[in-house]
Amino acid sequence: MALPSNLPSVHEPVPRTPTPRKNNAARPHVAGLLIPLIACVYVGVVILLPALEVVVGAFSEGIGPFLANFSDPDLLSALRLTLFVAMIAVPANTIFGLAAATAIARRQFRGKALLLTIIDLPFSISPVVVGLMLVLLYSPTHGIFGSVVESTGWKILFSWPAIVLATIIVTFPFMAREVIPTLEEEGWDQEEAARTLGANNWQVFWKVTLPSVRWAALYGLILTTARALGEFGAVSVVSGNIAGLTQTLPLFVEDAYKQYHTQLAYGAAVTLGGVAIVSLLLKLLLEHLLEQDKKEPVSDN
Amino acid sequence: MPLSAVLRRGLPALPLPSWPWRITWLYLGLILLLPIGGLLLKASNVGPAQFWEIATSPVALATYRISFGLALFAGLLNGVFGLVIAWALVRSSFPGQRLLDALIDLPFALPTAVAGLALTAVYGSEGWLGAPLLKFFGLKVSYTWVGVGVAMVFISLPFVVRAVEPVLRALEREQEEAAWSLGASPSQTLFRVVLPQLMPAILAGVAQGYSRAVGEYGSVVMISSNVPFKDLITPTLIVQKLEEYDVQGATVIGAVMLLFSLLSLLVINGIQFWGRQISADINTAI
Repeated sequence: MALPSNLPSVHEPVPRTPTPRKNNAARPHVAGLLIPLIACVYVGVVILLPALEVVVGAFSEGIGPFLANFSDPDLLSALRLTLFVAMIAVPANTIFGLAAATAIARRQFRGKALLLTIIDLPFSISPVVVGLMLVLLYSPTHGIFGSVVESTGWKILFSWPAIVLATIIVTFPFMAREVIPTLEEEGWDQEEAARTLGANNWQVFWKVTLPSVRWAALYGLILTTARALGEFGAVSVVSGNIAGLTQTLPLFVEDAYKQYHTQLAYGAAVTLGGVAIVSLLLKLLLEHLLEQDKKEPVSDN
Repeated sequence: MPLSAVLRRGLPALPLPSWPWRITWLYLGLILLLPIGGLLLKASNVGPAQFWEIATSPVALATYRISFGLALFAGLLNGVFGLVIAWALVRSSFPGQRLLDALIDLPFALPTAVAGLALTAVYGSEGWLGAPLLKFFGLKVSYTWVGVGVAMVFISLPFVVRAVEPVLRALEREQEEAAWSLGASPSQTLFRVVLPQLMPAILAGVAQGYSRAVGEYGSVVMISSNVPFKDLITPTLIVQKLEEYDVQGATVIGAVMLLFSLLSLLVINGIQFWGRQISADINTAI
């Protein structure tokens, strides 16, 4: 069924053959110009112009006022909290992602597709719903574990633990999703060789498995970090959004803009946008390295 | 280790038996399944009659229309343009192609609050795009439902491009050349040979973008005026209900959105399964 049956068959009159040749030559000519043009204009309007407006807005009064933003105590506190949250969420998700990948990737079992779908769930659940779930679990007044939380005296909701939890939920699929396909492609041979040579589980993991997925893991790490630094919806529901205390940098951007501190909002937005640009550049670099890895297989045994 | 010992213990099936599994399930259980279960439990405590009343209240219905309707528009628009962009990336070469490729991922990488700020500014009454639109067409984008649609288009743009790109790359040009040499016109080749094979990828991308746009909060909340019946989206309604201490109302609407997410995952998986079958069919036919 490669070709539709009602196309002219090969046995039809010969003179038809030259015509498609002409089509063949004319086609890339028109499409070759028009399609890239449409693509560039669309992406330019939808993505590039808004991004540029923020950059121009941030530096509209020169570099001095832009840098002066960073003496704002609330902005600095938001920046500190954002980095602190990422420093817990990213390592936790890295451990989970690598564990899930080594457990799942190269085994065939019933329910594997279902398990992979469950891991992907946070991508399709609205961040607001993620925040709501945490409220329903840990709120002292309405939460399922409310009384337990209250009796221990811990503050989870409207404090950093809930912000960390929300960030972990929203970002945990990235690592597993990057590492699992790479590990599936790699064979068993090297690990089995290491094992026959007497390596234990840890040695196999550190010296064989991890190096073989290093670029994929690094890529997953970049995506996790970028998303962890930028998460808004889930965090805004559980954080309480108190300036200087439980406000992360993305929440600060929205708050400052709403309060007409436009310069501060632009300054914080460019800082976060810079993280996004760096992660995209690192992604390009990693793709380049991955291609090179495929061209010349590693022979470091 | 002597061979007999290996045989006695059996060849290990996993490099790290059992404890990666324990971490995976413990983590999934505590971090993901417990909160989902909590929401479903709380929602089931509401009672069917009251659940239905809250879920279909006029405010809720108005937000569904805006969220699900505008997201569908955004998904379909990006279905068309996503295909064009993927085509431009795979089948042509032009200066700035790498930049275009990198820009596609920006909506993935940019924090949603930054995207919201950028869109609100550029489509505002003094923005680069907002000012001419207002002057020449009298169209106000920021703080209206049009702005909500624009934010959804922005956020769902990468999905179709990234879904179609690998399939288009893998498509054998011999098939198209065969169709041409058999006398098919370019449009026949496109609509009867190329598009049917790309369709599963396009649909999967549209469904993923749609699902993302429905759940999107950060960028929409900034560009919308968040007025009920005008441009209030469903996720923002949940936030507003929580702010008014209407936890039950928030739970019900949240459960509706969660069920929608589960359903859309099912549909996306179904489309991807269908896509694999189509490519398998084609491979066996050749």
